[in-house]
Amino acid sequence: MKAGSNLEKVISSGQFAVTGELGPPKSADVSMIKEHGETMRDYVDAFNITDNQTAIVRTSSIGVAGVLLQMGLEPVVQMTVRDRNRIALQGDLLGAVAMGVKNVLCLSGDHQMFGNEPASKGVYDIDSMQLLKAFKDIRDEGKFIGGDDVEAPLSVYLGAVANPFADPFEYRVDRLEKKIAAGASFIQTQCIFDLERFKRWMELVRERGLHKKVAILGGVTPIKSLGAARYMKNFVSGITIPDELIERMKGAEKKKEEGLKIAIETIKQLKEIEGVAGVHVMAIAWEEVVPEIVERAGLYPRPKLS
Amino acid sequence: MITAERKPLDEIFEMLEPYQRIAVLGCGTCVTVCMAGGQKEAEELAVAISIHRKKEKKEVSVEAFTIERQCEFEMIDQVAERLKGFDVVLSLACGVGVQTLVEHMPELIVLPGLNTMSMGYPVEQGVWVERCLGCGDCVLHLTQGICPITRCAKSLLNGPCGGSADGKCEISKDVDCAWHLIHDRLQKLGKLNVLEEIQPPKDWSSSHHGGPRTLVREDVRLESGK
Ligand code: SF4
Ligand code: SF4
Repeated sequence: MKAGSNLEKVISSGQFAVTGELGPPKSADVSMIKEHGETMRDYVDAFNITDNQTAIVRTSSIGVAGVLLQMGLEPVVQMTVRDRNRIALQGDLLGAVAMGVKNVLCLSGDHQMFGNEPASKGVYDIDSMQLLKAFKDIRDEGKFIGGDDVEAPLSVYLGAVANPFADPFEYRVDRLEKKIAAGASFIQTQCIFDLERFKRWMELVRERGLHKKVAILGGVTPIKSLGAARYMKNFVSGITIPDELIERMKGAEKKKEEGLKIAIETIKQLKEIEGVAGVHVMAIAWEEVVPEIVERAGLYPRPKLS
Repeated sequence: MITAERKPLDEIFEMLEPYQRIAVLGCGTCVTVCMAGGQKEAEELAVAISIHRKKEKKEVSVEAFTIERQCEFEMIDQVAERLKGFDVVLSLACGVGVQTLVEHMPELIVLPGLNTMSMGYPVEQGVWVERCLGCGDCVLHLTQGICPITRCAKSLLNGPCGGSADGKCEISKDVDCAWHLIHDRLQKLGKLNVLEEIQPPKDWSSSHHGGPRTLVREDVRLESGK
């Protein structure tokens, strides 16, 4: 055990893990977060809290994590390298752990030009690989990046993201391997709409035995409408949506139900793929359907581990 | 070379507003090549200023002339006396030239006529690309001649981020993903293993983040240890 978080326990027990996601609001009023947290309470093992997602100013991921901890829910704090240099990132790791955070997810973050402060200076002092490695070294070697000693040991369960749909395709498995070496214990993937491509990626992952070294949680996003699908296809960086899926949504009478069905089918298929350790359900702005998805996908009740 | 482009005319007219005797000083090197601040552009700008003042019914006397480089004291000396006869010098050099002028002749009022962009080169007539940020610790040997600090929108050092698609960067379909280019080049050269190693955090203290840099070469100084 790295940190003994609920997520880590579920994964270590060999059971299929389910993580959810909460997007902090553009205000300090976190009542919606609390509401969604309650809705999903018994349906996910941990909650990702996004870090100024798509470069839009929001309540900080660590701040919202504090709110969840008070509610007895388990956060996965996302940390991007876009807005903070190594001093702030390392300091924030310490702060998060001091508050009771046990899971941290390291990522690059969407470029600042996508957000509501496109004139801002991107930091990118270190990259996501170096962030992972730095956090691993703080935990395992007791050393900060600059070589100074961490004065007391700490534990944290570290994760990273993988995008099997980005290019160059073959490199994506090399990158996964590198992230494992850098310190990732779990991986959450970009939303999976192109299952065929995901399966091909998993094949390469298994060829190298990487699924045994890291827990891979497949990203699943229910599509709410045809417009949402089109928007993601065209405007969200890193996401690919096959044309058949768009057609399927187009042809469907009840769009929302079709979107749910697709998500549930995807999860069921992911469960069958060797080496997939769980799912990461990202239903941003549609949080209320998460319980139904989890139930209909046969993943309810969630394991209660102490 | 250093690339630059002329500031919008309205901005230039506005900053010149209080002055009557104006020198438009071109620079004969980089900005001449990128057609922003050479003798030709200096002359054109002088004409534009005169026309503008005529419309505004305000007097002005403008002269345009050029020196080889505004970033060298010796070359500034060639026109030092002449410059003293003006209320203001509108420099069409890069930001370095403007500052060299001010440092060498603090009695002058010097204004920038250009927006200095980057260090790069023309890929085709009329298109200049940025290629180096002067980070002070070059990594081009690792990436086989493609700079990730400059060309990757996130200055990543460990390969392409999740936004890389079809060879393009997540910021725009018009921008190549630097790491895709590096990946393909390394692959071609049989050096993909370079990507396997985790590159440590960069030491930005050799870059501008360490504060303004001064390069000292004792071996070529005239008075050592000055
Ligand atoms: S690595 Fe640094 S010095 Fe080398 S080209 Fe890039 S910015 Fe310039
Ligand atoms: S898409 Fe490529 S160039 Fe753009 S930020 Fe990502 S790695 Fe860098």
